[in-house]
Amino acid sequence: MKVALLYFARLREALGASREEATLPAEARDIQSLMAWLAQRGGVWQEEFSGCRPLRAAVNQELVANDATFKDGDEIAFFPPVTGG
Amino acid sequence: MIRVQHEDFDVGAEINRMRRARPDIGAVAAFVGQVRDLNEGDAVSGLALEHYPGMTEKALENIVAQAKNRWNIFDALVIHRIGQLKPFDQIVLVVVSGAHRGEAFAACEFIMDFLKTEAPFWKKEQTERGERWVDARTSDDAAKQRWAKPD
Repeated sequence: MKVALLYFARLREALGASREEATLPAEARDIQSLMAWLAQRGGVWQEEFSGCRPLRAAVNQELVANDATFKDGDEIAFFPPVTGG
Repeated sequence: MIRVQHEDFDVGAEINRMRRARPDIGAVAAFVGQVRDLNEGDAVSGLALEHYPGMTEKALENIVAQAKNRWNIFDALVIHRIGQLKPFDQIVLVVVSGAHRGEAFAACEFIMDFLKTEAPFWKKEQTERGERWVDARTSDDAAKQRWAKPD
């Protein structure tokens, strides 16, 4: 499955990446397992996606919970809790 | 109406536009947020606001739709600024019109509480000790929770 992965704010700076087109393995089937797959990249990815820091996720621009699934072509975003207003 | 923009806004002009939209408006409630020069005990000289283009507008539209569904209000306007801001700058404006003040006040507060916790904006502030990303506050989550309806 191919998806677009987007990163924002503190997470974007920590990873040094704002967007990538990723081909996901079968085990990355929901937000939780996708985060585990990203953490396997090691280094800063491990630090950011291992669950130590609070992260929010959105699929196709809607906030979702960690058990949310997605499909080919979806846009999946990760970001810290929001601080607007 | 939702507007996400770099430019400043004119509170009086926006309130007047909404107020004159229909003659059965009896109440207009407004909230203005502005940049403070102090946060977490440090002097703040400015802040940069990042957002998620596309999702920001969807999230705000959704919040306004929830408010319209919940209260008998006529219209709601949300303007949120992005980019580089400094103390005294206006960040956000919410204006709600209705027949009576109770529903206009409540809907205005509801929109701000949900904006604070669900709209994808992030602040990075410049302080005398360097730049830092602002952390989310648990008090903002608590403010949102009080609107939860009992089952």
